Amino acid sequence: MIDIEQANKTTVDRMMEARPVLIGVGRARDVIPGMRDNLLLHAGPPVTWERMAGPMKGAAVGSLILEGKAQGWDDAEALITSGAIEFKPCHHHAAVGPMAGLISPSMMVYIVENQTQGNRAYSGINEGRGKVLRMGAYSEDVLERMHWLNDVLAPVVHDALALCGGIDLRSLLGQALHMGDDGHNRLSAASLLFLKSLDPYIVKTAPNPDVASDILKTLGDNALAILNPVMAACKTMTDAGHNVEGSTIVTVMARNGTDFGIRVSGLGDRWFTAPAGVVKALYFPGFTERDANPDIGDSTITETAGIGGFAMAAAPAIVTFIGGHAKDAVNTTLDMYEITYAEHKFFTMPPLDFRGTPTGIDIRKVVEKGIPPRVNTGVAHRDPGIGQVGAGVVSAPMKVFEDALIAYAERYGFAE
Amino acid sequence: MLPDAAWVLVSVAGRYAAVVARNALRLGKHVFLFSDNVPVEEEIQLKAMAAAKGLLVMGPDCGTALIRGIGLGFANKVRLGPIGVVAAAGTGLQQVTARIHQLGGGVSYGIGAGGRDLTEKVGAVTFRQGIDLLARDPETSVIVLVSKPPAPKVAEEMLQVARSAPKPVVVNFIGRPASTWQMDNLYFATGLDDAARLAMELTSPPAPPLPGEGSIPPPSLAGKGVGGSGFAPTQRYLRGLFSGGTLAYEAQYLLQGYLPKVWANAPLNKADRIPNSLVSQEHTIIDLGEDEFTVGRLHPMMDNELRIRRLMQEAADPEVAVIMLDVVIGYGSHPNPASELAPAIAKAKATAAAAGRYLEVVAVVTGTDEDPQNLVSQIEQLRAAGAWVDASNETVVRYAGRLLRALNSQYPIPNTQQPVDLATLQRPLSAINVGLESFAENLIAQGVPAIQVDWRPPAGGNEKLMMILERMKGN
Repeated sequence: MIDIEQANKTTVDRMMEARPVLIGVGRARDVIPGMRDNLLLHAGPPVTWERMAGPMKGAAVGSLILEGKAQGWDDAEALITSGAIEFKPCHHHAAVGPMAGLISPSMMVYIVENQTQGNRAYSGINEGRGKVLRMGAYSEDVLERMHWLNDVLAPVVHDALALCGGIDLRSLLGQALHMGDDGHNRLSAASLLFLKSLDPYIVKTAPNPDVASDILKTLGDNALAILNPVMAACKTMTDAGHNVEGSTIVTVMARNGTDFGIRVSGLGDRWFTAPAGVVKALYFPGFTERDANPDIGDSTITETAGIGGFAMAAAPAIVTFIGGHAKDAVNTTLDMYEITYAEHKFFTMPPLDFRGTPTGIDIRKVVEKGIPPRVNTGVAHRDPGIGQVGAGVVSAPMKVFEDALIAYAERYGFAE
Repeated sequence: MLPDAAWVLVSVAGRYAAVVARNALRLGKHVFLFSDNVPVEEEIQLKAMAAAKGLLVMGPDCGTALIRGIGLGFANKVRLGPIGVVAAAGTGLQQVTARIHQLGGGVSYGIGAGGRDLTEKVGAVTFRQGIDLLARDPETSVIVLVSKPPAPKVAEEMLQVARSAPKPVVVNFIGRPASTWQMDNLYFATGLDDAARLAMELTSPPAPPLPGEGSIPPPSLAGKGVGGSGFAPTQRYLRGLFSGGTLAYEAQYLLQGYLPKVWANAPLNKADRIPNSLVSQEHTIIDLGEDEFTVGRLHPMMDNELRIRRLMQEAADPEVAVIMLDVVIGYGSHPNPASELAPAIAKAKATAAAAGRYLEVVAVVTGTDEDPQNLVSQIEQLRAAGAWVDASNETVVRYAGRLLRALNSQYPIPNTQQPVDLATLQRPLSAINVGLESFAENLIAQGVPAIQVDWRPPAGGNEKLMMILERMKGN
């Protein structure tokens, strides 16, 4: 009989020992394995254009305009429905994307390398909050900003990273958790640490002081500037723990705005999906829950790696999203210990006496205790073209864990 | 989360109870299992797991228990004291402990075993643990055993376990008529009230001498022990060769208290009828005055010939340890039976000794000193031949019974249980309550730290998923 404990220990040890380092920025077509000219990568499990959520459709249309393949919605949609464009999950290409998570071939992406096991992961340049492509907006100003990020900011940051020798993201995240970040929805400290690491080099790699100033201001104003590198870092960690025979640890949690999907280390590349839930959120003025698209984005890779919602105890300020008490943040983390395999060796939380964050979601525990993983997330408008309407918390649907457990039982002989 | 709590109280719906109890056992906790409708297969599995870990599973369907003055489940406020009770009968436990309290006494432990514990299927796992721990508990001086009608085989086993306890044990197995009211350290009560009263008497030292007892010296195996010149390891059985029918019946009746089964040609119960009256098996009592033996032959009270032949036959059997004879004198009987029986007894003992065995021959002589054969003279002749003799049938039977029990208890019921660690029961009680909230409230009212677990069925009550999770856990 399979030694589940040993398999899970192997998985979680590999996840924790992974040491992701941000080493550069490159064009998706050039650096992401399997990336092709007619391919668009998106967040979450696989989804067809017909079932695709509004914000993801908006981001897809925006991406095609950005690529110069379309002028607007109608010809973009015509192109897509003609079958000329292929959609695949970022997760199938060692990539991750927040919210709609669209990565098109000419977009610039951060390159994160796990220097323990050697695998890499990729994620785009973060645009900031509000009316942005990843939230489904694709107006001219949105695309203008994307161009600037890709064409101006990205090369400078790449050169700066080369000059500074890369940024150790595990160590940066460990520091940020001690500065009030959860590593997912609150990355204020991490983004400043990121900026601090890069700015001596950006002033050297920027073509002139005006560009340097613009880039530093852009990075400094965006409290989520480091979200994408962090997600890619988490992806390298969970990928390091993937495909361990007999392991019941979740290695991917991702949503495409229609479905919530997971993958399990011992169950290969199979997705287990269920309809994505509605986020309990604090909405921006003028928006309500009726405007909200269901849960969307690959950013749940952070919870999968043991931070984000699981590390909420470290980030009491985050409860402003849900209008709760600081104690609620601690309780969320305590709940997550119930469904995880280990406490993180490198991510610790001062309010819990430096206890390690709950790491390695075990499908057995989730199903037995009926406690789904808690996720902190942003909320996109359900219609394309509008953007972010709020932020809040959501639970993963139990069905994906139940289906995975049954599949595990069948695969490993626990069904009868 | 009260990590040092030794107890988990479980009162969730029956179909989930085993899962909760098993998790408690995995954590090394004793379980008070109030839930009913737990399948018997689950009970067997839980108790096997508990016994292997030295933990108690009280129940399922255990309504009440007392742990050093603290009541679990439905329990009365009973004084702490030296009487320990093991019960497979919830209200029986309450009645006995309440009566002990009313009589001024107190209770150390009231261990509930669950109503099915004394069935053959479950095999009294918890009951046995209860007896064992009370036998070892220095604060318990008297043990009381209470059960609804138990399976006869299991009841016998529990009595044998109880006999090894170094303290008095009061027994009230409802519906199991006691053949005697006392046997070594066992005292048989006629009811729950009587059990409480007896236990009280036995706690006030010294225990009052009981009529009839004390006159018989306790059987000694000294000089008759297994090996050397004593009994051989093969010697375990009694053979009674009677001339008097009533004496043979009484012997069977009394021996019920000592031996699991006695075969007879004139049995008290049909089930004990020996297949062949001419060939003894295991413990056997033969009435040679029965018609089958007296066709064309004088009654054995007058003619000793058949009995002497059978005596020699039994003496040659390497499994025989004790042979009992009755000698009925008076008008009409043989004029001097001892003159023939005594040499035969001597010869029988010599035959056994020549084969390396010690054979005990016991005899009752029924008659008076004014009978023509003279009681005293008969007794003297038989004693001279090496027999153990008395004028009371009961005295002789009980002597033989004790001797045989001592011989047979050298083959005790194997006990594979891990002993319950008394320290886990002695330290101040604290408990985790899963289910009925009032159980936790009752404990807190008794000054006991208890936490209520907000319990939900595992996997949301989905049985398929529950089964998978259980299989993935193993033990």
